[in-house]
Amino acid sequence: MGLIDDRFEKNFATDAVDTVLNLGRAYSLWPVAYGLACCAIEMIHTMTARWDLARFGAEVFRPSPRQADVMIVAGTVTHKMAPILRRLYDQMPEPKFVIAMGGCATAGGPFRTYSVVQGVDTIVPVDIYVEGCPPRPENLIRAFILLQERVKQMTIAKSPRVPAPPIRIEA
Amino acid sequence: MIPAQRDIGSLLLGDLAERLPGAVRELSRSCGECYLRVEPERLKELARFLKEQQAWQFAFLANISPVDWLTRAPRFEVVYHLRSLVFNYRLGLKVDVPDQSLSLPSLTGVWRAADWLEREAYDLFGVRFSGHPDLRRIMMPEDWQGHPYRRDFPLAGRAAE
Repeated sequence: MGLIDDRFEKNFATDAVDTVLNLGRAYSLWPVAYGLACCAIEMIHTMTARWDLARFGAEVFRPSPRQADVMIVAGTVTHKMAPILRRLYDQMPEPKFVIAMGGCATAGGPFRTYSVVQGVDTIVPVDIYVEGCPPRPENLIRAFILLQERVKQMTIAKSPRVPAPPIRIEA
Repeated sequence: MIPAQRDIGSLLLGDLAERLPGAVRELSRSCGECYLRVEPERLKELARFLKEQQAWQFAFLANISPVDWLTRAPRFEVVYHLRSLVFNYRLGLKVDVPDQSLSLPSLTGVWRAADWLEREAYDLFGVRFSGHPDLRRIMMPEDWQGHPYRRDFPLAGRAAE
């Protein structure tokens, strides 16, 4: 045993599995890279150097839903797009989260028409609603921070499928 | 000397009276544009003439816009917007859609652009185009009921009624 004596003291920390796992999850949220309308432009701005979402650990936008944790519904969801959005959501691995960004995704926005879904929560479960038309990047960043808080509350002892009440971020 | 846009109406009428007599009912002008009212049966023939004649060369079908007059008979009218890129002419063709058939001859054989434009007109207004190779919906979901640009279609959709 003489080989490992006193050699790892500085390299180990002990904590609950939840803490380690949640820390990893919370600071490596990977969003699905897709947008539906003008909110997507603000979402893209959130990634740029001025706002730099990477500071909060959500920098990797994935073009495949199979590699993503977060779906940002950024824009107007039409009835034609709805089944595609649902399919993307179904392809994401658990645990997964949905941010409804802006008025359209939240409740149809100004489009009270035959072609627009009146709120994306009729298709997928939403964790965070972000107000605004479109929301500023700061608001989207706040959504991510709150989402991280939520992720840190998770425990492997319970199924992540148990829905937590949604959060609403005011503009 | 190439005739100017403002002169093409009367020149076209003269040319058509000679080569395709009876195809055009009247000429109207609005905001510098000129429109020919065309008989549905002669539409395809006239379209091909306008596209292929060296003096006109309306090679570009820019848009097909149906109009729902709702209380008028016939209820629907379809306007074809043509451009001659060579001479920089603009021309509209107005065609009344027969109420019984709600159908016009397809112009896909003349302009390839008519394919999607006619699908759009069919999807949103319910005007059919006989001879179209693939007359499916293009905007709305395929299982959608109704034609939302008709003036008696509720804006918020049937479900909201």
